[in-house]
Amino acid sequence: MRKAAIVGMGYTVPQTITPQLSYREMIFEAAVKAYENSGIHPKDVQSFICVSEDFLEGVSIFDEYVPDQLGANLKSVHTISADGIFAIISGFLQILTGKFDIVLVEAHSKASNILNPNEVIAFAQDPVYNQPLRLNPHYIAGLEMNRFLYSSGNTREQCAKVVVKNKKNALKNPLSAYPAKIEIEDVLNSALLSDPLRKMDKSQHADAACVFILASEKIAKSITPNPIWIKGAGWCSDDPSLETRNWDEAVYAKLSARQAYKMAGIQNPKQINLAEIDDSYSYKELQHLESMGLCRKGESGLLLEEGYFEHDGSLPVNISGGNLGAGFLFEASGAFKIVELILQLSKEAGCRQVKNASLGLAQVWRGVPTATGAVIILERED
Amino acid sequence: MELKGIGLEEEIFKISKKSEKSMKMEFKGVSLKESDFKEKKILSLENKPNLKYAWDTGVAIGRFLAELKQGRLIGRKCCKCRRIMIPPRMFCEVCFKPNDEWIYLKDKGTVNTFSICYVSWDMQKLKEPQIPAVIEIEGASKMMGILHLLGEVEPKEVKIGMKVKAVWKEIDKREGAITDIKYFKPI
Amino acid sequence: MRKVAVVGAGLTKFVRRSLETGKELSYEASKMALDSCGLTLKDIDCVVFGSAPDAFDGMHMKGEYMLDGSGGFRKPYMRSYVGGGTGVFTPIQGWYHIASGLFDSCLVVCEEKMSTLRPHPQGAFLTIFDHTLERPLEPNLLWIFALEMNRYMHEHGLSKKDIALVSVKNKKNALDHPCALLAQEITVEDVLNSEVLAWPVQRLDVSPITDGAGALVLVSEEKAKQITDKPVWIEGVGWNLETSYWTNRDLYYPKQVEYAARMAYEMAGIKDPRKEINIVEPYDPFDYKELHHLEGLLFCKKGEAPKLTREGVTKRDGDLPVCPSGGLLGVGNPIAAAGLMKICEIFWQLRGEAGARQVPGTPKRGLAQAWGDLMQVGTVIILGR
Repeated sequence: MRKAAIVGMGYTVPQTITPQLSYREMIFEAAVKAYENSGIHPKDVQSFICVSEDFLEGVSIFDEYVPDQLGANLKSVHTISADGIFAIISGFLQILTGKFDIVLVEAHSKASNILNPNEVIAFAQDPVYNQPLRLNPHYIAGLEMNRFLYSSGNTREQCAKVVVKNKKNALKNPLSAYPAKIEIEDVLNSALLSDPLRKMDKSQHADAACVFILASEKIAKSITPNPIWIKGAGWCSDDPSLETRNWDEAVYAKLSARQAYKMAGIQNPKQINLAEIDDSYSYKELQHLESMGLCRKGESGLLLEEGYFEHDGSLPVNISGGNLGAGFLFEASGAFKIVELILQLSKEAGCRQVKNASLGLAQVWRGVPTATGAVIILERED
Repeated sequence: MELKGIGLEEEIFKISKKSEKSMKMEFKGVSLKESDFKEKKILSLENKPNLKYAWDTGVAIGRFLAELKQGRLIGRKCCKCRRIMIPPRMFCEVCFKPNDEWIYLKDKGTVNTFSICYVSWDMQKLKEPQIPAVIEIEGASKMMGILHLLGEVEPKEVKIGMKVKAVWKEIDKREGAITDIKYFKPI
Repeated sequence: MRKVAVVGAGLTKFVRRSLETGKELSYEASKMALDSCGLTLKDIDCVVFGSAPDAFDGMHMKGEYMLDGSGGFRKPYMRSYVGGGTGVFTPIQGWYHIASGLFDSCLVVCEEKMSTLRPHPQGAFLTIFDHTLERPLEPNLLWIFALEMNRYMHEHGLSKKDIALVSVKNKKNALDHPCALLAQEITVEDVLNSEVLAWPVQRLDVSPITDGAGALVLVSEEKAKQITDKPVWIEGVGWNLETSYWTNRDLYYPKQVEYAARMAYEMAGIKDPRKEINIVEPYDPFDYKELHHLEGLLFCKKGEAPKLTREGVTKRDGDLPVCPSGGLLGVGNPIAAAGLMKICEIFWQLRGEAGARQVPGTPKRGLAQAWGDLMQVGTVIILGR
């Protein structure tokens, strides 16, 4: 099989608001940095893949507004309505066909421009069964968290510990919008959103743009001495319906991880050195870790308390700060998980550097009310 | 390497060509009439979403809007390809580099193309037709136009290539929006 | 490169307002496509889904909502999106899934239920315009087509009569399509006398608001040989997007379509499309668009497509049948599903299964094309026997 690697990236710093820049100007900045980082010129790129969802932009057919700021006019460009990791996977597939050698992927968030994001999220629910209930959409996470605590035996406090860990990790990450030193009690005392879910269990929005350059095996080494190889990828959707979904585990994470492990030839997930896991809500990090087999069912909370997922633990998780610490970037959330993996695998993560990081995993979930996610496994070959 | 599904079904493909149906195509789909809704034969839910956005205008469009408020059109120039662009942008998409200068343009232009529109967006008949046009702005490069409306002109008088001029709102009514120009009228 | 075949196709009836929900339409089309080649959902490795703006359905992330109707449950599932070009792009996405070597079969589903949006589905198009510079003018979708059509007519000195012939031809072709919404026998005069909506666009120049869905089954070469003796191969694919500053370019010619076509021709090894392609299904949401696209696809010189139409070359029994299905003007325009309908048509034509619509001779190669966004994206697929 052919291989593909990520050979360059550019990004803007996630921030709570970005009134100084339009989305075009923000994406342009990320694109210029990615081109500079890889030494690639836009005219060398054969295919461009962007991600967006119309209602996050407040624009119908947002695909219209992507080419100029990427230098992609009169080029092959298309949009994927999903997280940036899905776009990286699409680029990966395109390179594997043998027809493309260089593909660019773009993801961004202008979340601050959405004045009532809860309404937008609620608008994704089933229009007949769920929308008329007019509930704050985070109730879905409340339902799931309750079931997760019940069936896994993990505790409320352990979920709070995830928030503490990730916000602390973010303190060392310049690419983060919500770093903080907090205690478990701060989380437990924050306002209830949908019991047992509290305000601080939920990640908060941020704005940023991110661009990656992908290349085929044939030319990756000529672009950079240290390409980061895409070893495995998986993506999957479970039941969209809340009424019939399996609430016990994240089936989408389980199946997409299984697909990715198989592709990467990973027999035991313990081979993975570090992971950037979706933590849109605190319990999600634990639930995803268990569903993906990165620890046993019911063990994630204990391992967390033992320091297993800390920077110096056996499996550092969300060293970037994750969505809780770095910010929830809607469709760019996965992209910034990839940024962290690349910095770590390239040994450019500075004071966050995880020792001996060579095989990393990133995972995303598309948020409530979906049961869709993706996994990607990256490797540095020395 | 080969991946078949994602491991839920490991059974091997068993297909025989005989199972290919002979081509007697049957197409599904039931058509409803407006009366089916009115007579409540078909139930439906109504939902009006309450979605609100405030888009950051950024550097280029922010300045453009501020200039509109002053009754001026402004563009950006790229010194490499020498194009003068309107609507302004801070980068040149052709040269793919930051562009270089702000340039004031005339509030006049040439009709590149136009339409005479007799219906609203929801297909209701308009009392007076609207005349949307792409207007190439004087001072900008060839083909650099903006979308706007034409006014003070008989529809049948409008021609491609016609010279037009902006009609501005009174200064105290301007708010930094494209509608600070009421319309363009023939010179 | 790994070869990819189309082995099954399904389509629903195209109607103004369907009883079925978007999910149900997707299901019906998918089921028909699977049944047509004797497969079940178990045989499908991955699913790709295409649909135009979420605003039609009145929901956010509609790809997520539609996925079970489209067979995406617990499978790798992805939604691609290039506005009006989606119907031809989604099969391209299916193509790269299989050509990558990771999958052997892919279900491609395109769905559109436009009627959900009230008071009029056109409302979805209010929000396609630039939010700061254009939307305050309350633009309507007809404007941009009218502006482009006027520019095209002006540049080549065309009359409305030249263009109306396309509408007459396609609506007549659609009389033989069992899914058609607007099949009818009309004359050039009927078009010229129909209500003026946005000059030069008149009522009969335009395709209707439509609900519908379509689906294809794509498989790898080895699988195709197990399934059918009549595989139809994807020989070329192309897609291209032009600047979003649509008021900064000359609308008389769809350069993005030419670039997409050149990409597909190069992949298919086609030097002279007029000689090497037997059937064309260009995107025809408005009658002039068929002409515009025939020129962009390099079937004739700029400004000469009306002549081909006048001379009958593009009739179903002509030398180069164009929109033998009846196109969007005749069959209907459920945006993403309409693009896919064109691929279904080429598939059935190449297999000799198009019934009353079958073009004479034994066509070996066909092209389907779609187009959209702010008049800026072109998508092209070439199928061959």
